[in-house]
Amino acid sequence: MYDGGKIIVGLLICLGFFLSPFFYNAGKAAKVPNPQLTEIAKEAQTCVMSKDYMTTSHFTLLDKWRNTVVRDGERYFKGENGKIYYKSLQMTCLKCHANKSKFCDQCHNYMDVNPYCWDCHIEPKESE
Amino acid sequence: MNFIISILFSGIAVSVIVLIPWICIGAIDGAFMRSLFGIIIPYAAIATFLIGIVVRVISWSRSPVPFRIPTTAGQEWSFPWIKSNPIDNPKGMGGVILRMIFEVLLFRSLFRNTRLEYLNDENGPKINYEWEKWLWLAALAFHYSFLVIFLRHFRFFLDPIPGFVHVLESLDGFMQLGIIPFNGFGMPGVYITDGLLLAAVTYLFVRRIYIHQVRYISLPADYFPLFIILGLGLTGVLMRYAIRVDITAVKELSISLFQFSPKVPDGIGVIFFIHLFLLCVLIAYFPFSKLMHMAGIFLSPTRNMANNNRFKRHVNPWNYPVKFHTYAAYEDEFREKMIEAGIPVDKGVEATSESGKKE
Ligand code: HEC
Ligand code: HEC
Ligand code: HEC
Ligand code: HEM
Repeated sequence: MYDGGKIIVGLLICLGFFLSPFFYNAGKAAKVPNPQLTEIAKEAQTCVMSKDYMTTSHFTLLDKWRNTVVRDGERYFKGENGKIYYKSLQMTCLKCHANKSKFCDQCHNYMDVNPYCWDCHIEPKESE
Repeated sequence: MNFIISILFSGIAVSVIVLIPWICIGAIDGAFMRSLFGIIIPYAAIATFLIGIVVRVISWSRSPVPFRIPTTAGQEWSFPWIKSNPIDNPKGMGGVILRMIFEVLLFRSLFRNTRLEYLNDENGPKINYEWEKWLWLAALAFHYSFLVIFLRHFRFFLDPIPGFVHVLESLDGFMQLGIIPFNGFGMPGVYITDGLLLAAVTYLFVRRIYIHQVRYISLPADYFPLFIILGLGLTGVLMRYAIRVDITAVKELSISLFQFSPKVPDGIGVIFFIHLFLLCVLIAYFPFSKLMHMAGIFLSPTRNMANNNRFKRHVNPWNYPVKFHTYAAYEDEFREKMIEAGIPVDKGVEATSESGKKE
């Protein structure tokens, strides 16, 4: 090998970068988000849309709600199950999911999502 | 190869690569298929990628580079009163490091790209070298978007997520394109690099077929990586903004892979497996392809060596030991015979015998 020292150092840096997730995660307990339902939610049994849709796209729904309420003044939403919901972040979503830190934040901390909604909208008070 | 055949060939290859996971997960499905595409193929691809790169670089490092190759764009260092260019034509390590930094981070030699043109005036055509910066610009946009997207993906790979990911996310999403006319499309926030990556790859492809000289030298090996990266970007963008999957489950899968306790959670959509399979093919193909320029750029002989031929001796490493017979030794051997034949000699017989006496 010519210039072997430098080339091996370069290769080690490259390998170190690509293998970093293996080292970083090694030996840590795999923690998985575990959103808890409140009593009110359990009673209702279903969310405003199917569970699949809510898990993957709840923020898309919120965006639609926000735009239609603020721009068009349409304040009611007909869910998949035929029920009518009042379109509101605080008064609908967070009434059933009043346990924000044990529900929304479970997933959000895991994926490092910080919705800026709470700059203006009010988080529910959680008694513990 | 005809360029239409080249494009068709790579296009069909990439379509097949998209169809394989689509059929296997979308139509056939089952625990086996999911662990095949979620566990076995990713591990095999990562191994091929890393081992392939190491083997390739080590095989390169075996070729000797006997002489500094001074194809530079600046004046060499000579006398103190002649202005030299220490970065473009460095004489030591420091200049070389600077030149490499400019090359790797800013694509400096691509920036120097010019285009030959003929200007017609009354005296007939004249040669002119035009500035041509679009390739450089698109290449820079493409590589940096790719890097930023790759680093942002570390939110799927690391737990807890380190701060740099969050910084990148907020910088990349700082336009907060959540407020765009299509209801629900702007959430989650639109990233600038997503559009930039797709636009740049498209430009790089169009350039290949638009400029006829470039079209002439383009092969399937040039189109294939472009198509596969375009496919990777398109599936990613689709997955983020249209056909959503449960990304908490995706993260569970990737963390379990990195912890060597692989487990595919239920309910991840087909599109994710297409995205992942495209990536696996890309990185498994990497060591065998032109994409190895990622490592090769560090070994470019015209960029990574100081131009010190004038004041450092570089011995050809493949020189074999040569048996010398110098003139002095030759004369010693044949002196008498040479004098007899009247051939002039450097040292006479007396001189040699005198020096012989002295000894
Ligand atoms: C009527 C009460 C109710 C309302 C209102 C409601 N939810 Fe739900 N939500 C539920 C229930 C019950 C579930 C569990 C569904 C299941 O397990 O099938 C759920 C599930 C979810 C999930 C999926 C959790 C998981 O484990 O994957 C998300 C995300 C969610 N809701 C968000 C929202 C948002 C955002 C809103 C406001 C648009 C909202 N919910 C409004 C009752 C409600
Ligand atoms: C700049 C402050 C601000 C921010 C940030 C903000 N909102 Fe709002 N939002 C408002 C205001 C003001 C209204 C109008 C309330 C009304 O007319 O009832 C509103 C209304 C809404 C509504 C419908 C009405 C209601 O009572 O909820 C939804 C849904 C909503 N916002 C969702 C969101 C989401 C999701 C986010 C985060 C991505 C967000 N908002 C961020 C100020 C804000
Ligand atoms: C199943 C896990 C899960 C639950 C439960 C959940 N979220 Fe989310 N949420 C996510 C993920 C993942 C994202 C990020 C999506 C992305 O970036 O691709 C997200 C994104 C969002 C966003 C958009 C943020 C942005 O900046 O783009 C909003 C708003 C949001 N969630 C609101 C809520 C609210 C309100 C609740 C509770 C009622 C909730 N979510 C519960 C997983 C969850
Ligand atoms: C380096 C190669 C890769 C490239 C170029 C790439 C490209 C992209 C792009 C452009 C997006 C659009 C959204 C965004 O920019 O975040 C995306 C999203 C996504 N990618 Fe990749 N990707 C790569 C590797 C991977 C890998 C290894 C995984 C497996 C964990 C993955 C999983 C995902 C997922 C789940 C999304 C959806 C993100 C969301 O919904 O927020 N990607 N990808």
